[in-house]
Amino acid sequence: MTRPGIESEIENPQWERKVNSGARYTLYHPKWYRRPVSVWWWLESWPYARFVLRELTSVAVGYFALITLWQVHAIRRGPEAYARVLARLRSPLFIVFDVIALGFVLFHSVTWFNLAPKAMVLRVGGKRVRDSALIGANYAAWVLISAVLAWIVVRGHF
Amino acid sequence: MARPKTPLLWFLFSVGGTVAAFLIPIHLFLFGLAQPLGWIGGPSYDSLLSLIRHPLARLYLLLLISLPLFHWAHRFRYTLYDGLKLKHLTELIAVICYGSALVGSVLAAYTLWSIP
Repeated sequence: MTRPGIESEIENPQWERKVNSGARYTLYHPKWYRRPVSVWWWLESWPYARFVLRELTSVAVGYFALITLWQVHAIRRGPEAYARVLARLRSPLFIVFDVIALGFVLFHSVTWFNLAPKAMVLRVGGKRVRDSALIGANYAAWVLISAVLAWIVVRGHF
Repeated sequence: MARPKTPLLWFLFSVGGTVAAFLIPIHLFLFGLAQPLGWIGGPSYDSLLSLIRHPLARLYLLLLISLPLFHWAHRFRYTLYDGLKLKHLTELIAVICYGSALVGSVLAAYTLWSIP
């Protein structure tokens, strides 16, 4: 039994004409919906904010590298150039930068040492070194190295 | 931390971070605060120059400048991805970050090499 006009229906069935031609079908399931995340996602909680602060310590680290390069460059240029750079570094602006950078750099050190056991698992004589021992060794080495450097700088020579 | 680790870049980040953690605080305190504020006398220009003339001192300073720069480059690049969600600028960010770390390192190497 046929309905009138069925040939044209077969050619161009009703449902094909209604389909939205903008849809993209793939062999696999279409992309799952993900709620867009705001750029300020990290302000939602303190652990998130602490993570971003930890990552921002890299800026302070880069700042230190640059002012050290600046000073070394000045030393190479001669005593007057070095004196000028020293005077610049004495200005309140740079003192403020240095205090802020020092805070960030200390935060970097603390978070870095606390992660040491996660970064490497040490075994001494077959037994695994305890996390707190590894962290403590890092802090001890830090204090020792800092003391030696301070001694060298204050003395003015090795 | 779910970061893709291309071994070399992550290694530079890691070594740079270790150098930064151990050495930067005391350096920043001494040369950024104590000396400018007059808490310590600080070495004179001549003793400073003779100090850094030594090849080991030059190497030390090169590592002190270069490795933290690569640490910054790697970490800052991913901060821009996660913090500011700039994933669509991937290649540009990577080139700018590692590129400037490289430029800084080359500058440091040249400066330290050419100290009389």
